[in-house]
Parts: sequence; C-alpha cells; structure tokens
Amino acid sequence: MINPRNYTVERSSVELSKEDFVSDQMVKWCPGCGAHAILSSVANVFPKLGYRKENIMMVSGIGCSSRFPYYVNTYGIHGIHGRAAAISSGVKIANPHLSVWMTTGDGDSLAIGGNHFIHIIRRNIDINILLFNNQIYGLTKGQYSPTTPMGSVTKTSPMGTIEHPFNPGELVMGAQGTFFARVVDTNPRLMTEVMFEAARHDGTSIIEILQNCVIFADKTHEAITGKDVRDDRQIILRNGFPMIFGKEKNKGIRLNGTRLEVVTIGENGITETDIMVHDMYERDPGIHLMLAKMSYPNFPVAMGVIRSANYPTYDDLIMEQIAFAKENSKIKNVDDLLNSGETWEIK
Amino acid sequence: MLQNSKTNSNIIMVKSNSNVIQRESVVVKFVGDSGDGMQLSGTLFSDTAAMAGLDLATFPDYPAEIRAPHNTIAGVSGFQVHVGTRKIETTGDQCDVLVAMNPASVKSNLKWAKPGATLIVDENAFDAAALKKSGYAENPLDTDALSGYNVVKAPITQLTREAVAGIGIDGKTADRSKNMFALGMIYHLFGWELETSNKFFEKKFKSKPLVVEANKLVLQAGFNYAETVEALSSVYQLTRAKMEPGLYRNITGNIATAWGFLAASERSGRPLFLGSYPITPATDILIELAKHKSLGAKVFQAEDEIAGICSAIGASYTGSLALTSTSGPGLSLKSEAIGLAVITELPLVIVNVQRGGPSTGLPTKSEQSDLYQALFGRNGECPAIVMAASTSGNCFYYAYMAAKLAMEHMTPVILLTDGYLGNGSQLFRIPKVADMPAINPPIAPPNDPDYKPYRRNPVTLARKWALPGTEGLRHRIGGLEKEDVYGNVSSDPINHQKMVDLRDAKVQKVAEFIPKQEVEGDEEGDMLVVTWGGTHGPAQEAVEQARAEGKKVSHAHFHYIMPLPLNTAEIFSKFKTILVCELNSGQFVSYLKMTHYGPNYRQFNKVQGLPFTVAELKKTIHQMLEEK
Repeated sequence: MINPRNYTVERSSVELSKEDFVSDQMVKWCPGCGAHAILSSVANVFPKLGYRKENIMMVSGIGCSSRFPYYVNTYGIHGIHGRAAAISSGVKIANPHLSVWMTTGDGDSLAIGGNHFIHIIRRNIDINILLFNNQIYGLTKGQYSPTTPMGSVTKTSPMGTIEHPFNPGELVMGAQGTFFARVVDTNPRLMTEVMFEAARHDGTSIIEILQNCVIFADKTHEAITGKDVRDDRQIILRNGFPMIFGKEKNKGIRLNGTRLEVVTIGENGITETDIMVHDMYERDPGIHLMLAKMSYPNFPVAMGVIRSANYPTYDDLIMEQIAFAKENSKIKNVDDLLNSGETWEIK
Repeated sequence: MLQNSKTNSNIIMVKSNSNVIQRESVVVKFVGDSGDGMQLSGTLFSDTAAMAGLDLATFPDYPAEIRAPHNTIAGVSGFQVHVGTRKIETTGDQCDVLVAMNPASVKSNLKWAKPGATLIVDENAFDAAALKKSGYAENPLDTDALSGYNVVKAPITQLTREAVAGIGIDGKTADRSKNMFALGMIYHLFGWELETSNKFFEKKFKSKPLVVEANKLVLQAGFNYAETVEALSSVYQLTRAKMEPGLYRNITGNIATAWGFLAASERSGRPLFLGSYPITPATDILIELAKHKSLGAKVFQAEDEIAGICSAIGASYTGSLALTSTSGPGLSLKSEAIGLAVITELPLVIVNVQRGGPSTGLPTKSEQSDLYQALFGRNGECPAIVMAASTSGNCFYYAYMAAKLAMEHMTPVILLTDGYLGNGSQLFRIPKVADMPAINPPIAPPNDPDYKPYRRNPVTLARKWALPGTEGLRHRIGGLEKEDVYGNVSSDPINHQKMVDLRDAKVQKVAEFIPKQEVEGDEEGDMLVVTWGGTHGPAQEAVEQARAEGKKVSHAHFHYIMPLPLNTAEIFSKFKTILVCELNSGQFVSYLKMTHYGPNYRQFNKVQGLPFTVAELKKTIHQMLEEK
C-alpha cells in the first residue's frame, strides 16, 4: 500500500491485522474525548502500512495525547514534557529502519516543546507527528494553550486571553516543513487517508488534528465542525482536484492577484476553470501557506494534505555521509585512529 | 647536549658553546594577545618536546572572548607547558621562562613567573598606547620593575618584518608570524632542531606556500637571534624521560574522552550516538566525534542542551551507546532528562567538562564545583553513577569505563572532567582496543521467553535492553513510575517504594564491579590527603615532597564517587586526619561526611578558577600536621 522512496523500514512477511497492535492497557481518556477516534484510526492504519510490527515505534511527550503509546502494542517511549520531537529524532537517526510515530499536543509541541518542534521540521527527519490540537491544557485541567483563540476565558485567563494564538500550519511552513495536513477528529476516513499520506512522505510529516476536549474546551472547533455548517466552513483538499467546497459544491478558491478569494461558480461569470487546482507536491510553499492560513469566517478551513514536498531527509543524508566516510577514510577502526598523526615510540 | 632519541635522532641538535643548565623539568609559558598565536606556539613547543623524548603536560589559559580588545589585560591568552625528564604530574605552579608579547601579558602574568625567571618580551610592543591600555604608568622595561628577572628585550616585531622582507607577503601576515620568532628563541634555549615545526607549517599551510616560507624564516630568525643574546647564553639540558616503553602521542582530555567512547562503541558493538550542544569547554568532544563518521559515529548537534540529551535517550532505547557532552550550565538544563534515563533505566553517559560557576560563571576556567549537581541535582530519588577522570590522558580510560558501566548496569553515568583536563594535554601511551576490558551489554535475544521490561539480573539488578526491531519484545517505557517486573504504569505506593529502592540498590551494587581504592604512600599514617578529578598531579607532588621530608602523609585520589569504592572506610580508618582538597567550597568532603561518618576530616578549598599549586598544598599539609 505504501510506496516510500526508499525501503529503509523492513517489510512484514505476513499480513497484519488490528489485533496485532492491541495493547493490554486500559484506555484512560475521558468518554467522548477526540483521542479515542485518533487511536482507532491509528489501529486501522498500522497493520496496513506493510511494515514489520516490531519496526514501528511510538514516542510521546506529556499531556493527554502523550498517553497514546501505552495504548498501542509497538515499541514506545512516553517521554517528558515537550521533548518528544528530540527523543524521536534520536530514535530515527540511530535506527532509520524504524517507522517512527509521535503523538503530541498543542501545549506539548507549541509551548514547552516549541523549540524542538520547529527544529525537527527544519531538519526534515522522517517522523510522523500527530499533533492533537484541542486548544487547551487538558491534563492540568483547563489552562489556555498557544492555540487557544484570543479572548477565550479559561482557568488562567478569567478575563479572556490576551495572547495571539499560533496557527500550527503557519508555524510548520515557517520552519520549512515538507508535509502538513489537517483533519478533524470526527472525520475518521479522512484521518486514515492522511495518515497513509504521512507515512508515504519521506521527511517530517505534521498532521494537525482538530480534537475536541469534552471537559475543558468542549465544542472549541464547533464553528467549523458542526454537522450543519461543516460543508460550508471546511474545504477538503485533494491533490490534482479543483478546490471546490460547500453544501451545493458550488463554492471554490480562486487566486486573485496575490490573494486567495472565495468565489461561487455560476456567479459573476465564474466557471470551474477559474478555480485553483490543488498541487500538494509543489515545492514553493507560498500557496500552501495561504491555504493553511485560511480561517473562518472569511474562508473555509483547509483539511486534508496541504503540503507534501519532496526534500532530502536528515536521516538519509547522515547515512550517506557515513557510507562515504567509511569508503574513503583511512581510519577503519579505533586502533587506526589511536595510531594516526604524530606518534613517538619509547623503547 | 641532549641524548639522541633512537626514533627521532634529528630532534636534538649539538650546537654552540653555551653554558649548560642541567634540569629535571622546565616550565615555559607563552602569553600574548588572543589572536597572537600563543596556543599554537605552545602546541608546537609541546610536539617538539615530545619528539625529544620528554614527558609533558600543558595548560591553555585563555579568555572567554574570541578577540578581546587589543593589548588589554582581558585579552591576554596563555599556554603553559611543563616538560621534563621525569613523570610530569602537573603543569607547573610557576614558569621558568615567560614569553610575553605585550605589556598586558607582563602585567597579568608576572605573578606566574618564578623569581629570577627568564622573561622574553617584544620590546616593539611596549609603545605608549599599549602601556596605557595595560595600566602601566611607566614602561617597565625602562624602570627596575622587572629587576628580579632575567629580561630579554627582543625587537620581535621589527626582526620578524625584516626576516620576511622581500618574499612578497603583506605586513599583516608578516606580523602574524611573530609568535614563531619567540618560539625560535625558545628552541635555541633548549638546543632543539626546528624540523618538527617546519614540517607542521608545510602540512598546515599546504595551499599557502608563502605562509609556510614566512613561518620558517621567522622561526629560524628567532633561533639565530637568540644565539646573539647574552641573557640567553645558558641552555637547558634535559635528558630523555624514563617512561614505560610503548607508542606515545600527545592528547588533550577532550579528545581522549571522545576516543574512549569510540573505543567502547567498537568493543561493545553498540553504535555511537552523541547528542550535544556547543558549550565551552566541552565543545571539542562534539567537534572530535563529528570527524569520525568512518567509524559509524552519529553526531547530532541539537537545538539546545535538552534536545542533546533527549535525542541521546531516544538513541539509547534503540540500542546505541548514547552520549551527551556539556559543561555546568548545560548539565542544569539536562537534569529533568537525566531523571527520565534513571526511571527508564536506559544506558547513557553524560560528560560534564566542569567550568567555574554558578550560571555562566567563568566559562574558560576550571573548577570542581558541579559535584553536588552531579550527585543530587534532580527531582525525586534519582541515583546515577558519578565518576571523574584525573588526567588528560586517562580521560580515555574513564570515558571507556563510563560507557561500560552505563551499558552493563543499564543506568545513566555522569562523567566529570574539567576545562583544565579537557583543554590540557599530556603524553599518552597508546593502548590497543583489544586490551581494553570487554563490554557485555545485557541485550535481550529475540522472543526471549523471560523478557519483561523491568525483570532484573539478580547480580547487577540491571534490566535487559530490548531493542526495537527485535521480534517478540515490544514494550513501552516512560517517565511515569512503572510496575516492578512488568513495566506497566503504576502509582501503587508499595510498588513505588520498591522501585525507588531497586534503582538505588542497582547503582550501589556497581561498587562490586569497580576497582578498590588505592593509596599512594603508606597504608597508615598521620594524614591522608584525599582528592578527586583533575587535582591529582599537584596533590601527588605535594604529598611526595612531604614524605621526602619524613612526614607520615599518604594520598588517595578518587575516580569513582557514586558509588564509592567498598574499601573507602577501611582506608580512612588508618589515618589520624583525612585532608580533603578540592577546587570548590567542600562538596566532596561533605559527601564523605555523609556517607562515611567518623574520621577526622579537614578540608582545603580554593574557588578561583585556577588549579592547585604544589606550594599551597604543601603549606596546608604542614600547617594541618602541626595543628593536631
């Protein structure tokens, strides 16, 4: 199913099923939490990746999202707050034969772990990052996070937040990200699709999952995920297809000068040929950045794979350098090294 | 003149009709503006001394700034070399020869010259502006300020320019080789050939033949000039040092540390991974390991200290010999992650090349003030092995042992060195990797029926290392407390107590696997001088001198700190006084009082960013012996 550029990760000789990844641990997320849906999608995706089950590894930081590794039967590390990206980097660089998946949240990766988050992206280390964005600190019981909308009342912002939130997509593009996708936790089909695309992409893949926290930020994404409004307020991007959305499938995104605009097909002489066609493989991030920034109420929020650009990965490049050095260096072992350069014999 | 070396017969030359001063050892210090090339002069001098068959120890002493303001005290950079015909244990309290390239160098370093020392200065550098910047009201060369020294006023800048006149290099390049003029003078003083240094120029400046020529000409000019100077009419004679036969090289502590890890990686079959962030004075470990991709070393220059250690923890989980290198403030940043390595019981070596603290402190100076941090600087009950190297050369061995203990006992190890060891160099007898002790990490085989994440080897209490990719061993670990044996998340009170006790017992058990503590000198007496880390040399020499005077003093130098060797109490019980000397306010002595209550402890401490001098230690030993 997966066709990665290189077959670094060992393939499974047998067909795997969901049962191969079932953990014996009790899942302790709140009933109704969006994380359950993410777990279910991962359980569907892992057996179909084609990899040996021993070659899949999960890494996490701290927070609700980060309990994830205990609930999937793979190799895994539950790390410390904010550092999952750094731990994953070490895992993948040390053993490129592993398919590494990281679960993290908006607090874990965009606040305390912001530095590691931008640098793993910049290095393009081949890791799949599931960023659970519920716009709140859940495990510490309801403080605002770097993605909480400005003005929101939370336990630590009783008069409303006075901070400008991050748009994770914008941050990813700013850090020279090669893969960015966005999904809603209530759309398991798209989530599964996007996870396969992330696995297929060589490099750091960020999937922003708009997740609902039923306890501390219930319905935080409701304005765009509500059943009756979602078709008009979301656009699902598909590579090679025109960017059309809406209940009536008559709205589209057009590039007007240097800006995007929403147009209606059939009005003011607009036809389907005026609508932009999505090219997720385009290396120039300009349009991808504009798509990632689209927000309600002026635009539909972009879902699906927004960017999947092909660039060399850190883990491939380091292996190339090692292979080159091994072939060309006179120093083949540590004894050679110890005896290199100026030495003196004393008899 | 000097005896010819069998292997390097061309180094020592027979020359001139100078007077000969027989010496066991000589200390030379090169000082100048940072950028004057003093580190290079010192290095070339050391290499030539080694080729002449002498033992040596070096001590670079440089400011934190790359190029502090020209001609100021703040910008003075120095390099001290102690060479000798006997085993050289220290870099020398004070120097016999001081090469000072400007007034600021004289002003700041005169206190490090022995009374009557030879002082070679560049008189061209003593102009009004330079004198003012260095704080001299009057030119010390014109007053009797330096009357207690054998002063050689050499027009170094002028003669350097004359030496290269006509070869077609610009004035700036010409002036940059004036350090070689001073070095040429020093070679004359020792009666040494210029060949080793000339070869170095040819190699170093391969693509710049003019620079090679200029350096050679200036070195020779300095040498020739010295011949004409009456104040330099005596030359030192040092016979070859009596050293254990073998192949030797000059090595700094940081490079020895890096190589020790490479050797441990090769011997254990575990690929090396270093996650690190540049920090003075530890950066050279990162730089050195980055050179050795041909040995499979993976070096990750992380975005910060935390990512450095966390990437190493990730690599450790996958089965690498995982390392992170840092200095004091960096160790502070790594504290939380060390806790993760402790609770996940993953092997990891954290090297702390100590510098003066707290905070940014004295980045280029040495101290032993991070011992408390290494032992206790983490949340929770969080034991780790703590050990320390004691010479630039044995950084190789202790890095190797740190890696061995980390992997065999499945625990983080904090290896303490310091800036003085890391940047200083020493002659190092080259070992064979095959002669190093074997390393047997407890790797779980595929489908191991006994495997549980926290099931332990009853002898070491170490859990097994189950590497991702291995069939039948999938498991999760993490920072939450884990259930004994099974490794599931557990907040059960009795289980927590048990795991706390097990982690502690595992580290304490390491004492059964490390060498017994040795005593240098008699096994009993009036006083045992106790040191650890980079202070071995001066303490050893001070104790030897006191013993030569008939004092009942011995010396115990500790390399293993957590846990301490099992015979520590027994050794201490045979001395009336235990004098603990360290370059901090008394951290090791407090730790000893805590772990080995009873003996009559005394302490001697210095926190000046400087090594101990033999003289001050000897004085303290005498005073404390009299006090009793």
